[in-house]
Amino acid sequence: MSSDAIAIQTAEAAGRPWVARLHEWVTTVDHKRLGLLYILYALFFLVIGGIEATIIRIQLMHPHNDFVSPQVFNRMFTMHGTTMIFFVAMPILFGFANYLVPLMIGARDMAFPRLNAFSFWLTAFGGLLLYFSFVGGNGLYGAGNAPDVGWWAYAPLASRAFSPGHSSDYWTIALLASGFGSIGTAINIIATIVSMRCPGMTLSRMPLLAWMNMVMSGMVLLAISPLTAAQIMLLVDRYLGGHFFDTQAGGSATLWMHFFWIFGHPEVYVLIIPCFAFASEIIPVFSRKPIFGYPVMVGATVCIAFVSMSVWAHHMFTIGMNSYANSFFTITTMAVGVPTGIKIFNWLGTMWGGKIQFKTPMLFCIGFLFQFLVAGLTGIMLASSPFDWQLSGSYFVVAHFHYVIVGGILFALFGAFYYWYPKITGRMLNENLGKLHFWLFLIGFHLTFDLMHIPGLLGMPRRIYTYEPGRGWDTLNFLVTVGAFVQGIATLVFVANLIVSYFKGKKAGNDPWDAWTLEWSVSSPPPVYNFASTPRVASRRPLWDLKHPEDPDSRYE
Amino acid sequence: MVCLIIAESAIFTIFVVAYLFYVGKSLSGPTPREVLQTPIFYTVCLLSSSLTIHFAGRLLERGRRAEFLAFWLVTLILGALFLYGTGQEWHRLIYEHGLTISTNLFGTTYYSLVGLHAFHVTVGLILLTIVLLFGLAGSVGPEQSRRVDVLSLYWHFVDAVWVIVFTVVYVLGR
Repeated sequence: MSSDAIAIQTAEAAGRPWVARLHEWVTTVDHKRLGLLYILYALFFLVIGGIEATIIRIQLMHPHNDFVSPQVFNRMFTMHGTTMIFFVAMPILFGFANYLVPLMIGARDMAFPRLNAFSFWLTAFGGLLLYFSFVGGNGLYGAGNAPDVGWWAYAPLASRAFSPGHSSDYWTIALLASGFGSIGTAINIIATIVSMRCPGMTLSRMPLLAWMNMVMSGMVLLAISPLTAAQIMLLVDRYLGGHFFDTQAGGSATLWMHFFWIFGHPEVYVLIIPCFAFASEIIPVFSRKPIFGYPVMVGATVCIAFVSMSVWAHHMFTIGMNSYANSFFTITTMAVGVPTGIKIFNWLGTMWGGKIQFKTPMLFCIGFLFQFLVAGLTGIMLASSPFDWQLSGSYFVVAHFHYVIVGGILFALFGAFYYWYPKITGRMLNENLGKLHFWLFLIGFHLTFDLMHIPGLLGMPRRIYTYEPGRGWDTLNFLVTVGAFVQGIATLVFVANLIVSYFKGKKAGNDPWDAWTLEWSVSSPPPVYNFASTPRVASRRPLWDLKHPEDPDSRYE
Repeated sequence: MVCLIIAESAIFTIFVVAYLFYVGKSLSGPTPREVLQTPIFYTVCLLSSSLTIHFAGRLLERGRRAEFLAFWLVTLILGALFLYGTGQEWHRLIYEHGLTISTNLFGTTYYSLVGLHAFHVTVGLILLTIVLLFGLAGSVGPEQSRRVDVLSLYWHFVDAVWVIVFTVVYVLGR
């Protein structure tokens, strides 16, 4: 049945002119196509953001380098940060959520397909708007084009007086648009999970990926909305002459910092929780054991979500809050380490005593585990406010959060690509190229971000476009740049693998990894209607029950 | 809709926090004590519209369409009255007291908070009007009552926000 469905699809697709197929993709409301659009769109911006990172690193390779001007350098780090967070990480995770959640809970589609398409196109146009600033940001002022106020856009730097022209407005409106898109998608994911689970799939039998995406969506609602509100205030200030963040009229620059970080810190967890979800699906399959401590895992996720809402001001220890606030935010920040530690032990517990298969997805997940742990440890260091007073705004912080975002989020994402690519395209990614990608990226990553901690400890501030020779930063910065290039090459290997395997990869079949969740029960790629008949579920591993009727999980749950 | 309300509440929370943070921080006049008058009549209008929309929903459930439309129309009128009240207050503040969004911090926070709420009222009124038009065309029956309930949930939310905005702006803020 399933192979017939594929044959019909390809025959139809071949027969139609490309305009019709393009029209189909643009007007689609199918969760799988939208998921793919999200992912492809994010990959495109990943390349752009990567090029910006490379420009930053080339500039910092030697002291007194003049590869780009200071103005361009400011634009590069602003655009790099904004792009990577809002137009790479968020859409790629939403893409996976869109693609996988309905398949995993046995649903036909998302709850609101048209809202889904609307959200995607809002995000997409947000990204285009941001990049249009390179062309259209100049205005009449001749005051530079792309936004250059940093991805925090701290007041009063983002006010009219210090950021003339329209560059910051592009930043604001792009984020506003994509923010509405994110809220739409989050509403959609929650509604889908709450009301469209297949018969038998109780909340306690739901795959962890669905659980964590639901928690993530809840956090998006509470975290993105403050950003939206703050952006509206910034627009009022810039266009209507308001005084929210205008210190000359009694306004407060600190308030912007609070509003931004009330969004900014939960955002980190919005990004990392879906990555926990990938790890929680991939590690059990390649350890050949069910996940260890399922209920604790769910509890820890919810706990992280709650605690992470009250840690934001640890980004602001240096602004001179009183000692009570400092202690409060130090304690809450350290408290996040507890549920996170529980998760790490659960993943280790899953691997413990399992028959571990070191396939590429598993390799990336092991890298994720190790690096996320290190990132958490430097996080605990920075959580202590006296330590933070010393190192805030230094390269140590830059190294810390890249350790989270690249070492944690990106590694888990690569793992997810290798794991679900066969389901999405019907072909396996090449395993040798995958291993090459993994090892190259691992070496490049550690070369760049391990070493980046040291200039930070030696006092190198972030966001400087160049530095004096002879401070002990020179060699380290050079090696960091070399590492960045190694990562770039590894990413090219990955892209090549994606393209080559699409045409020449081994046929995957329905279930190449011998996995246990519902998405592997349908053909690869899944038919438009997902499930020919609505599945019924009796345990957390429905496919295990199907393959082992003599010893089903449902007997023990 | 519940999720949307959570997200909207977060947005309003930020604006309310900003308002409270800036109470009394304006460097120049006019101050809220000098210029604000408590809009009791229009507040009663808005709050009672929550009741009428609730009754309208119950009537629709039982299939009494004409009465549903009557209550729906009353809701619409009460909402429009409230919006008129806000408009009148703004007119008075701008023309008599010279308070605009760029005058001082009070102006900035007041107009953006009340304006954000008025924007939500406007959206609500548009949605109410659409349902009314469909109702007059005869295509709103008991089978749509759950959809109508979703809309009235939004309307209740707009009212509840006004209770908070009212408390903050007209009671605590003075």
